[in-house]
Amino acid sequence: MIARSHRFGAVLTAASLFVLAACSSGATPSPSSAAASAAPPASTAPADSGAPAGSAAAGGGAPVCETGSITAAGSTALQPLVDKAGKDYVAACPAAQIQVQGGGSGTGLTQVSQGAVQIGNSDVTAESKNITGLTDHIVAKQGWIMVVNPDVTNVKGLTSQQATDIWTGKTTNWKDVGGPDEPIVLILRPESSGTRATFKKIVLGGATEATGQALTEDSNGAVVTAVAGTPGSTSVIGFAYYADPANAGKVTGLQLDGVDASVDNMASGTYKLSAEGHMYTKGDATGLTKSFLDYIMGAQVQGTTIPNLHYAPVVK
Amino acid sequence: MAVQQTPLTGVSVTFRRPLTSAEQIDAPRRITLLAAMLVVILVALLLGFIGWNGIQIVTASHYGIGDIFSTVWSPTDQPERFGILPFLLGTLGVMAVAAVIAAPLSIGLAIFMAEVAPDWARNITRPAMEVFVGIPSVVYGFLGLTVLVPFLRENFRGLGFTLGFSWFAGSLVLALMILPTISAIAYDAFISIPQDLRSASLALGTTRWQTIRHILIPTARAGLLTAVILGMMRAAGEALAVQMVIGNRPTVPTSLTQPMTTLTSQITLDMGNTVSGETWNQALWTMGLVLLVMSFGFVLLVRALGRRGQAS
Repeated sequence: MIARSHRFGAVLTAASLFVLAACSSGATPSPSSAAASAAPPASTAPADSGAPAGSAAAGGGAPVCETGSITAAGSTALQPLVDKAGKDYVAACPAAQIQVQGGGSGTGLTQVSQGAVQIGNSDVTAESKNITGLTDHIVAKQGWIMVVNPDVTNVKGLTSQQATDIWTGKTTNWKDVGGPDEPIVLILRPESSGTRATFKKIVLGGATEATGQALTEDSNGAVVTAVAGTPGSTSVIGFAYYADPANAGKVTGLQLDGVDASVDNMASGTYKLSAEGHMYTKGDATGLTKSFLDYIMGAQVQGTTIPNLHYAPVVK
Repeated sequence: MAVQQTPLTGVSVTFRRPLTSAEQIDAPRRITLLAAMLVVILVALLLGFIGWNGIQIVTASHYGIGDIFSTVWSPTDQPERFGILPFLLGTLGVMAVAAVIAAPLSIGLAIFMAEVAPDWARNITRPAMEVFVGIPSVVYGFLGLTVLVPFLRENFRGLGFTLGFSWFAGSLVLALMILPTISAIAYDAFISIPQDLRSASLALGTTRWQTIRHILIPTARAGLLTAVILGMMRAAGEALAVQMVIGNRPTVPTSLTQPMTTLTSQITLDMGNTVSGETWNQALWTMGLVLLVMSFGFVLLVRALGRRGQAS
């Protein structure tokens, strides 16, 4: 009897340990070089007529090879771009190693200022987090789009005022903005999220969201799942995630102030829900880090990679 | 032969006689001692680290205890408010309801396996439960998100499940997760009861149910409470599966049918987006410290129960 009980206890302990291990590996941001490469819809090039093709002459913007090993970590919104650029760089310069990780903007800023990584990716400025001593490299413009569950028909877009009323909890039914008679379910990102901060600043004009009536989901993927599965729901996601073929038809994108959410409109400045993507270094960049950042600012990445991944270039 | 009173709760080493010098230089013993010391040092460092970071919001950012245990969480408004009470109440609430659901079921299951089941039934239920324990929590969360949440929304909208994401959904997922934990420990408690008690009771002409009800359950009570508390500990620490179904609304939970949030869920939501040294980040560490203190409380409770079980 007793021997049996001990064996049983051992099995339970072993199994719990396994669960713990599985759980923590799920929560930890893993090196993304393999994982994230599947996410960006690299092959679905949009009509990038607005891209600065002039400077992307044949052969222009190829990396000037350096050797060594660097790590970039941080923003998941910027991650698909940095990941692709890193892969292309290493393909051209096999002597270099570039690791790209997610973790969130805050993680990127913390790690680069502590010297744990060479590049910290962020959607927000270091100044807004009271971090000094970092050199900012603005590499791209990234856009976000308001999305609704497909059952919200007849709503093509929202004005900033309508969005503010919905996000602050003043408007609670789709019929008030021309849609069906259906309650609005607001899905937010956590308050620390760069997406939420950008939306709050640009669209809501700083107004406080009706957190107490909303749901909160912690990533673009979770938001797409929640909006697709919850009737009457609305939220905001990054362009790259909206354009991902895997998400096609799950959610409906909305215009903002009558402007289509497109890379071209974002590049021209008519679509306002966008922000700069920052890559921070501690002090001035040197060696491989400098060479990699130069490559990202060069014609190949700015002219081809960036529009392919639904960002807008910052170098014309 | 010693009966293990409180499995999984700690290590107690008993030396039966003084060590000889030959044994003292015994290499395996040194290695095991080293392993034990390493664990103790690691735990001490961990506690020190979490404790130090957890009090930074008070020592470095000068928030009062009253500010921290308030109900207002608004880290982006001026002035920044970091009241963690909604999360603490959420954790306690989701845990308590999960225990209420899981405890009767899993103790029933333990009684069945230990006292009632014929061998062939035990041979099915025991491995089934072991498999249950091995399912990663994210799978429970995924099931909850894709099956339970829509089910609640579509079938019980009338009861108030307007969104499906709710306190109840979180508790139900947790109940499922802690059911095998509670069952296994309760099972151990039942089978460690000496057979003589059962024989004596049956000799008095009681039925099997009377023996279970009046002899076995009271005898195993400390073990059963330990089982439920360990189950609740696991529930309190679970983040991923719960986060996927509770909707993460950072307000004090008021209804089983509405969204809420927990300490663990809020930590995982915010940790990637805050930077170390920021008050916000310090508040997350404080939440971690609160969780740690909670689990300390549970361990003490389990130890007290174990001692009482030993004394009686």
